[in-house]
Amino acid sequence: MRAVRYIAINVFRESVRDRVPYNLVLFAMLLIGASYLLGQLTAGQDVKIIKDLGLAAISVFGLFIAIFIGIGLVSKEVERRSIYALLAKPISRPQFIAGKYAGLTLTLLVNVAVMTAALYAVLAYMTWVTPAHIKAGWEAPGVDPVLLKATLLIFVELMIVTAVALFFSTFSSPILSAALTFALYVAGQFNTDLKNFDQVVESKAAVWLARGLYHLLPDLSAFDVKLQVVHGLPVPAGYLAATAGYGALYIAALLIAATLIFSRRDFK
Amino acid sequence: MIQGIAAGLCLVLAVSLQMMRDRVWPRETAAVEQLLYVRSPEAMKRLALGFDALAADVYWIRAIQHYGGERLKAGGAGKYELLHPLLDITTSLDPYFNIAYRFGAIFLSEKPPGGPGRPDQAVALLRKGIAAQPGNWQYYHDIAFVHYWSIGDAVAAADWFRRAAAQPGSPNWLLPVAAAMLTRGNDRASARFLWQQMLQSDQEWLRKNAERSLAQLDALDRIDGLNQLITAMGKPGGQPYSWEALVRAGRLRRIPLDPSGTPFEIDPVTGRARLSTASRLFPLPLSMGRE
Repeated sequence: MRAVRYIAINVFRESVRDRVPYNLVLFAMLLIGASYLLGQLTAGQDVKIIKDLGLAAISVFGLFIAIFIGIGLVSKEVERRSIYALLAKPISRPQFIAGKYAGLTLTLLVNVAVMTAALYAVLAYMTWVTPAHIKAGWEAPGVDPVLLKATLLIFVELMIVTAVALFFSTFSSPILSAALTFALYVAGQFNTDLKNFDQVVESKAAVWLARGLYHLLPDLSAFDVKLQVVHGLPVPAGYLAATAGYGALYIAALLIAATLIFSRRDFK
Repeated sequence: MIQGIAAGLCLVLAVSLQMMRDRVWPRETAAVEQLLYVRSPEAMKRLALGFDALAADVYWIRAIQHYGGERLKAGGAGKYELLHPLLDITTSLDPYFNIAYRFGAIFLSEKPPGGPGRPDQAVALLRKGIAAQPGNWQYYHDIAFVHYWSIGDAVAAADWFRRAAAQPGSPNWLLPVAAAMLTRGNDRASARFLWQQMLQSDQEWLRKNAERSLAQLDALDRIDGLNQLITAMGKPGGQPYSWEALVRAGRLRRIPLDPSGTPFEIDPVTGRARLSTASRLFPLPLSMGRE
């Protein structure tokens, strides 16, 4: 467990050295700029749009971090040949994979937490400056704790993407890993279409193939509750728990597979 | 240091060149404004990759800019061709975008040059809103308004006001509005039915409003009866029309009174009966009642 913790802390430090936290400054500037500009462009929908923009930015920034750092987690060590020094130490290969994953998850957690705090700060300011009669027409409060439900599921979704990136990183090149991870991310967004394939084709085999793919590919569209929380629509706690639980199990499956592949790799 | 100055200089030169180019060869922006790359809401929903709400915001901003831009065109030249597709995509990406349905319907139903004058599209957009949120009374209310203001169909408007009133959480003034619309649409039987229902209300202002409106409907019926009587009598030879002449001729027992007890007036030239401006029922909801 100590080995995993050390590796995780080092991955986090490396991401700080790689100037990953710069995206937080960019995020804050984006939100502050948007809060001013949107007031000029929209018909009284600025708070809704700031919420949409904030949640989308948390998701996109996290996605870039998950993919572009995730794909280099293993391959960079192999390229730099530092893997030899690492594996010579009393660190098992599963510990190495778990530590790398935990480190990037910690980076994502800090990013998502800071971006969420920045979003709330902007929303608090907007709520403060908006007259009461306009606020009365809002579908949901400006500083709405329900937004945390969306950020929680975004974080779990990013954890899945990180696990996918790490999985590909154990056996392919960084460019190929990035392409495959992004392709899986896109496919994951269309997963519901695969589930409903029987509505558009007659062939039983095609329907079963689509159903199989639906279960095999990450069901990322289920993690998107941004629209519901922005409009103040209910997101049941059971749904959150079931989706987060699905995410945890899918991540576990990916990490076990990644460990399996990485354990068999020969670095000679 | 030198590299920094050189980089800054290059940037300044690039910006100067850009400004000069835009001055000498101004680019046509109108063509860009009129472009909608993806017209299919379903395709756009897929392209949004889970960022549907944000994409809806972008399309909503485009819809507002398009509407404003077309409206400001000189000489009422605005065509608003992209307004409906933009609103359709916006509401497909975010089916709960309340303002997009409500403001969008206003934009679409505005008559030229203030809008495209397409109340049919406005109603279709609001019906789409009802499909997404069947219990939202505001959409039914807005359809009623489109029918009343843009199409001029008071009876259809009353029907939609009545549907709005049937939705959960709707305000209690919707039913009186529906009844008033029916009266304006001259559907007195339906209007009377609705007003009689409101006589049972536990709110005094609604009951008083219903009592007054029922009395106005009675006044309208009496005016119709009087006009029929006057028409049947024909014009008195060389004399102006008057109640006294009708009473003398034995057609009326006395000068007719409205339900509030105020005498009706008669136009001495046309012979049309009308409500007195002194009556507490004045003005009647129908212009024909004042003729």
